[in-house]
This record gives sequence, structure tokens and C-alpha cells, in this order.
Amino acid sequence: MASDYASSGEYIKHHLQNLTYGQLPAGFERHDGEVLAAPTWTIAHGAEEVQAMGFWSINVDSMLFSIGLGALFLYFFYAAAKKATAGVPSGLQNFVEWVIEFIDNSVRGSFSHRNAMVAPLALTVFMWVFLMNLMDLLPVDWVPYAAGMAGVPYLKIVPSTDPNVTFGLSLSVFALVLYYSVKMKGAGGFFAELAFQPFPKFLFPVNLLLEGVGLIAKPISLALRLFGNMYAGEMIFILIALMFGGSWILGLFGGVLQWAWAVFHILIITLQAFIFMTLTIVYLDMAHAEHH
Amino acid sequence: MNFNATLIGQSITFVIFVWFCMKFVWPPIVNALEARRKQIADGLAMADRGRNELELASRKAGDHLRDAKAQAAEVIGQAEKRAAQIIEEAKQAAREEGDRQLAAAQGNIVQETNRAREALREQVAALAVAGAEKILRREVDAKTHADLLSQLKAEL
Repeated sequence: MASDYASSGEYIKHHLQNLTYGQLPAGFERHDGEVLAAPTWTIAHGAEEVQAMGFWSINVDSMLFSIGLGALFLYFFYAAAKKATAGVPSGLQNFVEWVIEFIDNSVRGSFSHRNAMVAPLALTVFMWVFLMNLMDLLPVDWVPYAAGMAGVPYLKIVPSTDPNVTFGLSLSVFALVLYYSVKMKGAGGFFAELAFQPFPKFLFPVNLLLEGVGLIAKPISLALRLFGNMYAGEMIFILIALMFGGSWILGLFGGVLQWAWAVFHILIITLQAFIFMTLTIVYLDMAHAEHH
Repeated sequence: MNFNATLIGQSITFVIFVWFCMKFVWPPIVNALEARRKQIADGLAMADRGRNELELASRKAGDHLRDAKAQAAEVIGQAEKRAAQIIEEAKQAAREEGDRQLAAAQGNIVQETNRAREALREQVAALAVAGAEKILRREVDAKTHADLLSQLKAEL
């Protein structure tokens, strides 16, 4: 709880730290003053240690929660798919069909080419992002506090507040965009699209710069939009949670605020999942489209 | 923001999830939806056809009913005509029978009358003879006066 920490700054920092597992180099002075004699694989304590671990470390909490939520989604949908009949649908099948019809309509509305992969991709993106965002509605202290008592020093339960997760998604989508751009238009056609418009051909460096920035902006904006929204939402939950450490009046006020923000957040998490999915579809549609 | 290998792990997980969804989740459900759509469309078409057939059948039934009514009316008409005819015939027969019986009765009456008249005549003749006998106070030989007697009889 917030009152267990030396300062509210400590509390916030602790809540924003992932459970990172990586290798610390030899000679590194750890948080408790211990100087490492040899390179050591361990859990990072504090931002400096995460920094020192470099790229080849992994956010265990993000991976576990994202894989768990994705598996949960696939488990229920697979269970419904296995028993899917054309007859009167049962409760689960009804729900799954409702989601699938919704996704299918979105794909039909935004994607005007033939590709059997786009609709399942959109479904996965939507449900996965939605479930990851949904973790935000759990009160910020519950799971990390319980995990702390079990000996886990850090835990961030909302994977979409980890930029690694959102960039992992958006860069995968970007790879597909590049793949289909080259596949549908050929390498030359794709280059022509980047270099020979919107200005006349002799200005191709300008074109290349403009279109290049536009292209790179796609995955970055896609990832940052989701990350920013969820991170900001999480931050506000943390700030509200700080109030619980104050007087009971402040705590009561905080409780009301948390409830109100959570209700509002239901909209945000759904909207962000929908936006991520729609933009994925739109980017893939643009990758398929032939420019003349 | 610290980027680390989570980025790669997330991408790999994403690819696996999309592959799984594309392979095992999406097709069966979309197929089921498509099959149900087709079933509903078939059902509606069948209902439409049924409605048409019903209309056709009811029209046919109406036709049959009208035919039957016309036939019944014709049969009734014929029967009435026949009944009238039978009555007429019966009346005719009765009248003829009556006439015949009347004629026979009249014949009988005439016969009886004649017979009675004959008997009367005989008796009158006998009475006349007896009267004459009494008047003459003598026996009249019936044989000799037979001519006379029969002449008298004829005159009576």
C-alpha cells in the first residue's frame, strides 16, 4: 500500500517498474550496495539496474500476463469454435459469434481486398489488446501487493502499459505492411509509391523523405497511442491510490474518484483496442492498394 | 522507456496467436455462421414456396367447391323434375284408374239395372198372367196362349 513507502515518489516508481530479468555486468554496484564479482542473471531492482541489463533482458510480468491473457482469449474462442454449429447457438458461442460478426463487419468496411489472414489478425489484435487493457480495471495495489507478499519485488499487471508490448504488436503489423506492400506491388512498385509522389519525379528526395516519415510514423504512432493512453490511465489510478494513504476523508474521495475513473476507463480500453484493430486493418488495406 | 527482448518475445507470441486464431478459431465459427445464414435463407424460401402452394391449393379447393355446388344444384334440379314427373305420372295413372273403375262401376250399374228390369218384367208378366187368369176366371192354357203371353211380355 501507498503508506508502506518512504515517499509517494517511491510508491509511483515502484508501481511503474517491470519485473525485469536480465544479466548485470561484473563490477556493478547493486541497489543494496553489493558489488558483483562476476556477470549475474537476476531480477532488476530499480531503474539503474534495468538500464544496466541492456537489451537482452526480459520483462517477465509483461510476458506472463500478455501470454496468459492471449491464451485465455484463444482458449474460450477455440472452445466455442470446436462446438460451433449452424443450429441454435449456446451462450459462449453466441458471444463469440457476436464478437466475430463485429470484427468481420469492421474488416469488410475497411479492407477492400481478399486476404484470409486479415480478419483473424484483427480479431486477435482486438481481443488481446482489449484483455490486456482490461487488467487496468483491477485496483492497482491488489495483485502487486499480493505478489510482493509472495516474494515478487515488482509486478506490472497491465501489459499494454509496457512499450515493449505495444511496439512488439505494432512492429509485427508493420512487418506485415512491408511484406504485403512488396508482395502486391513488387519492390519497384513499392519504391515508386514512396519516391514518385506526391511531387513530380525529379523531386524524389523530397518525396522519399515525406513518404518515408509517413511510413515510419505508422508503427510508432500505433504503438505510442496505445501505450500513452494506457500508461496515462494507469498513472492516474496510481495517483488516486496515493489518496488512500491519507486521511479517511481523502481516502473516501479517492474511492469515489477511482470508481469514476474506472467507469470512464471502460470506454478508453475498448476504444483503444478498437482503434488499434481498425488502424491495423487500414494499414494493411493501404499496403494492398495499388497506386497509379 | 527501456526496450529489451520483451519486444521480440511479444512479436513471436503475437505471430503464434494470429496463426492459431487463423487456423483453429476463425474458420469453424465463420463456417457455422455461413451455414446458419444459408439455413435461414433456405427456410425463408421454403416458407415462401409453401405460402404459394397454399394459395394455389386454396384456389383449387374453391374451384372444386364451386364445381361440386353446381353439380349438386343440377342433381337437385333433375331430381325435382323427376319427382314432378313421377307425381304427374302417378296422378295420370290414378285418374285413369279412377276413370276405369268408374266406367266399370257404371257398367255394373247398367247391368244390374237391366237385370233388375228383366226380373221386374218377368214378375210383372207373371202378375199380369195371374191377373188375367183371375179376370177370366178360367184356366188359360199357357201353351195355347203362349204367343199372346210373350207378346204381352214384350210390350211391358
